Amino acid sequence: MTTTRTPRAWPRLLFAFAALFTLATAAAQVELRMTWYDDGSEGQVLRDLLDRFEAENPDVRVVIDTVPYASGILQSLPLQLASGEGPDLARVTDLGGLSEYFLDLRPHLSDPDYWEENFGPFLNWMRPAGSDAIPGFMTQLTVTGPFVNRTLFDQAGVEVPAGDTTWEEWAEVTRQVAEATGTPYAMVMDRTGHRLAGPAISYGARVFDENGDVAIDDEGMRRMMQLMVDWHADGTMNPDVWIGSQGTYAAGNEFFVNGQVVLYMSGSWQVGQFDQLIGDAFDWQVVPNPCGPAACTGMPGGAALVGIADTEHPAEVARVMEYLTSEEVLAEFYARTLFIPGHLGLAESGVDYVSDSQAAVDALNVFAAQVGRLDPIAYDLQAYTYNRFVFDAMRDRLTQVFVGELTLDEAIERMQQDVDAAIAEAQQ
Amino acid sequence: MERREGSGGVGALLGRAARAVYALAMTALGVVMEPLQRLLGVRRMPWVFLLPNLLIFGVFVLFPVFLNAYVSLTGGTQLFPQDRPFVGLANYERLFDCRDFGDPNSCAEDRFWRAVRNTGTFVLFQVGGMVLISLVTALVLNRDVRFRGFFRSVYFYPVLLSPVVVALIWKWILQRDGALNALLVGVGLEPVNFLLDGRWAMTWVIAVSVWAHMGFYTLILLAGLQSIPAELYDAAAIDGAGGWRSFRNVTLPLLMPTMMVVLVLALIRAFQTFDEVYVLTGGGPGTATMMIVQYIYQTGFATQVQRFGLAAAASVLLGLVLLVATLVQLRVGRGTEGHLA
Amino acid sequence: MSVAAFLGRRRGRRGPDLTDVLTYAYLAVGVVVMFGPVAWLVLSSFKTQSALVEFPPSLLPTAPVTAQVEGYPQPLPLYDVALPDGSTRRMAQVRRVGLEAQMVDPDDPGEVVRVPVADRTEVRAVRFQLENYTEPLRRFNFLTYLKNSVVVTVVATLITLVINSMAAFALAKYRFRGRNAVFLLILATLMIPLSVILVPVYLVIVQVGWVNDLWGVIVPGAATPTGVFLLRQYMLTIPDELLDAARIDGASEWRIYWQVVLPLAAPALAVLAIFSVMWRWNDFLWPLIVLTRSEYFTLQVGLNAFQGELNVQWHYVLAMTVLTLLPITLVFSFLQRFITTGIASTGVKG
Repeated sequence: MTTTRTPRAWPRLLFAFAALFTLATAAAQVELRMTWYDDGSEGQVLRDLLDRFEAENPDVRVVIDTVPYASGILQSLPLQLASGEGPDLARVTDLGGLSEYFLDLRPHLSDPDYWEENFGPFLNWMRPAGSDAIPGFMTQLTVTGPFVNRTLFDQAGVEVPAGDTTWEEWAEVTRQVAEATGTPYAMVMDRTGHRLAGPAISYGARVFDENGDVAIDDEGMRRMMQLMVDWHADGTMNPDVWIGSQGTYAAGNEFFVNGQVVLYMSGSWQVGQFDQLIGDAFDWQVVPNPCGPAACTGMPGGAALVGIADTEHPAEVARVMEYLTSEEVLAEFYARTLFIPGHLGLAESGVDYVSDSQAAVDALNVFAAQVGRLDPIAYDLQAYTYNRFVFDAMRDRLTQVFVGELTLDEAIERMQQDVDAAIAEAQQ
Repeated sequence: MERREGSGGVGALLGRAARAVYALAMTALGVVMEPLQRLLGVRRMPWVFLLPNLLIFGVFVLFPVFLNAYVSLTGGTQLFPQDRPFVGLANYERLFDCRDFGDPNSCAEDRFWRAVRNTGTFVLFQVGGMVLISLVTALVLNRDVRFRGFFRSVYFYPVLLSPVVVALIWKWILQRDGALNALLVGVGLEPVNFLLDGRWAMTWVIAVSVWAHMGFYTLILLAGLQSIPAELYDAAAIDGAGGWRSFRNVTLPLLMPTMMVVLVLALIRAFQTFDEVYVLTGGGPGTATMMIVQYIYQTGFATQVQRFGLAAAASVLLGLVLLVATLVQLRVGRGTEGHLA
Repeated sequence: MSVAAFLGRRRGRRGPDLTDVLTYAYLAVGVVVMFGPVAWLVLSSFKTQSALVEFPPSLLPTAPVTAQVEGYPQPLPLYDVALPDGSTRRMAQVRRVGLEAQMVDPDDPGEVVRVPVADRTEVRAVRFQLENYTEPLRRFNFLTYLKNSVVVTVVATLITLVINSMAAFALAKYRFRGRNAVFLLILATLMIPLSVILVPVYLVIVQVGWVNDLWGVIVPGAATPTGVFLLRQYMLTIPDELLDAARIDGASEWRIYWQVVLPLAAPALAVLAIFSVMWRWNDFLWPLIVLTRSEYFTLQVGLNAFQGELNVQWHYVLAMTVLTLLPITLVFSFLQRFITTGIASTGVKG
């Protein structure tokens, strides 16, 4: 799908003249706009790095426009991009869905091979199907996986399971711990289809059929969803997050921080704030993703910084990107933000995280080690253009089962219908 | 703080300055308006007065409404109407594709029908509760209370808060680790997540919405009460009417016109409720508090695959229902014609 | 029958009786219910990030108390420790290992005591976390956002007042063909909530070229059906004789509008003004769509940037919410009497 837009020949021409003129006289400053969102302080780290870039490159100035995530990045930005009013660069998470608006940096890069080598698998997430474009890089890679409250295990006198343990076994063990320690709930999971997808794939969900179309209904998906229903019915899982949703995405982190739950299924991005919020209250650790008959996988994910095709300064955008992706700069960015590197070279050599907490560094390393071990289906699903729609359908319909509005059969049927109808609409 | 005009000081000076600026600005505009009157004649002047409003109104409200109506006849996910394929009434057919209208599960767009039901419940209880509580509050404030100005402001203050802030405040109180549960635990009860149970959630959504808007309606009703001549009550008292009888025979009938204004406004607003509920419950648990406007917003805007056509069709239906409801209300309350049209 | 007395009586004439007690009880409960939640928000906005997720929450913002202990470079957190002999001692914690904590007596730091973690409780004191306010303000161009918000609010309110009162004047004080049609048309759009036509209005803005332009935020909402409706109802009550007298004196229609009618409609204008200020100041989604460059951001857009994808920085969100409440609250407390009587009079004359 390409967007056709009436070329504004005159302004472009004028601009070219103006550019020539200024080039001839003095170094004019090009201003680039970057739409950004913050989960923590990563915007400040980026600003630091860009300040250094600007000092070396006085002809380019990068302005960061920070917006709220849901209403800004997810809802407004697509409208702005579709109407040609977008920024020059943006930090996005809907990589496939927006890929048609991304700039191909390849012609402007001095060393495209460096990008292919280090960002290869992730570039597929952000390019339109079948293209070899280089739109940007991952500001962070995320991996989903469970956190456990080790102090509760100690108090209960139960060993933290090691090796290949299934979700059902984990549920059993955490229930024991919760019972022994008077903890209200054994497990909690963030309210999103993305978190659920890993366990479902582990239990054999294939998500796609032979043609590559979404096919939700299979043995594995049913088994995992039935487990979720059971866990909510018998009180194993904390109902506050999925049922008392309080907004569409709800995190279970505060229950974990307060020691009200034994196991928390979330992901790598929690590490930084757990380090800060839990402090000394209890010991916690990350465990490898539990298993099912098919795999022991979580989901990859993350956000990317991409160039926008409508920019009037593609060369400068590429220069900023080259600077930010240089091994040294990117290593500093990941180290200071406590993000898992989306750069294969750095992933291999390891990032020297800036944190005085051993628990945090250990946790990040457990997550980083998972990156290479995730199931191929998990990667396919993450690369799928309409994945967010699939995740939302899973989340919303499954919640309806928890509260008794639908049976599981009806819900799975509805998920498939929702996805089919949306994709049919998108292809009209 | 009984400061009189002309008592000097900064206030008076500011007042005079403001009046001077006002006169200057209006005289300046008169340089355009007065020749226009000479040119067009007095009879065309109303149109001149209407023009700026109608222009903005036409471009930014009316035109988009028509555009929206057109979009409801198209499909696809393209943003610009000219790129969108025309599909006729397909979106409306999809919305009405039900085997049994009493059971949302039998509908193609089950969530739309759940939203319709929820909105119905919400409107019924919210408007009812709002009118009742506003009326009681207005009656209380109408008594000879001290600090009436202060109390009047207390009830009005939440009206000034944006819906998002209202929801945020209450979320902080209602959630499981919120203030209300702390209070419950404090008196030895178990904490409840009020947003876990569909009925509780709906109850709170209604209560919060009444909390946020009752001040406005209370003031209108209070004004209505105060305009009832005291002599009527005296006359009723002479006739030996007790409190209840004079309330039924004097207060209620004379308050009816004001009540009608309150009812119409409250009804329109209730049908359109969205942000407050959306931020507070996200429409949950499940779909228990999902309203029509939220359905429209989520189908056409806050989703990865934006189904503009379907959302537009639902919004056209909502507009039609509201229009009919208002007209019916105006018919029923004949005596209030002078108030609304 | 106290209820009946309460319903019927307009004024308490004799000394305090049961209905008066009920009245003041109702009002007192009202103050708690109406203000309590807001007060809770304000108090919460001063809490630390970890105190915000605590249960049960404390009423006042508290923070752990630390002490500087000789021999330890960092300040150590203080705990009340229940000792085996039944007494309680205040001690500083050096570190915690598993289920055991190593504590020292701040006055006698030589000896390290091992204490089970269950036997200690943290010492907390009231502390207002002002960083929730100062930190975001340091990070952001607060003054720019404030300026934009003020410009949008003031300009939009002025435009709204002028054009809506002009339209209301035409609809209230002239008889002409099409008058009812225009009025009904305006009323009909009351039925369409703005969140529903967001996308079409945005398309119009794109065509007009007002993306990243404050006009794109100011103009679209200026012609409010509510405003026209409110003002027209009020102007209907202004006697036509006043207008005729002015005409006999040779005043132009424009002059009649601004010298005769507008001053008399002041209460209604005040009501529309406060509503317009409130709408514009609180407006969030629309500016976010129209404005993408931070130099044009309004306060609501800028201050909501703490809502991330995976993490909402609640301590900042709450603090910034309180900050945006302040101006509205101030304006209201100054104009309170004017506004409430203004609404009252528009309602009654309707």
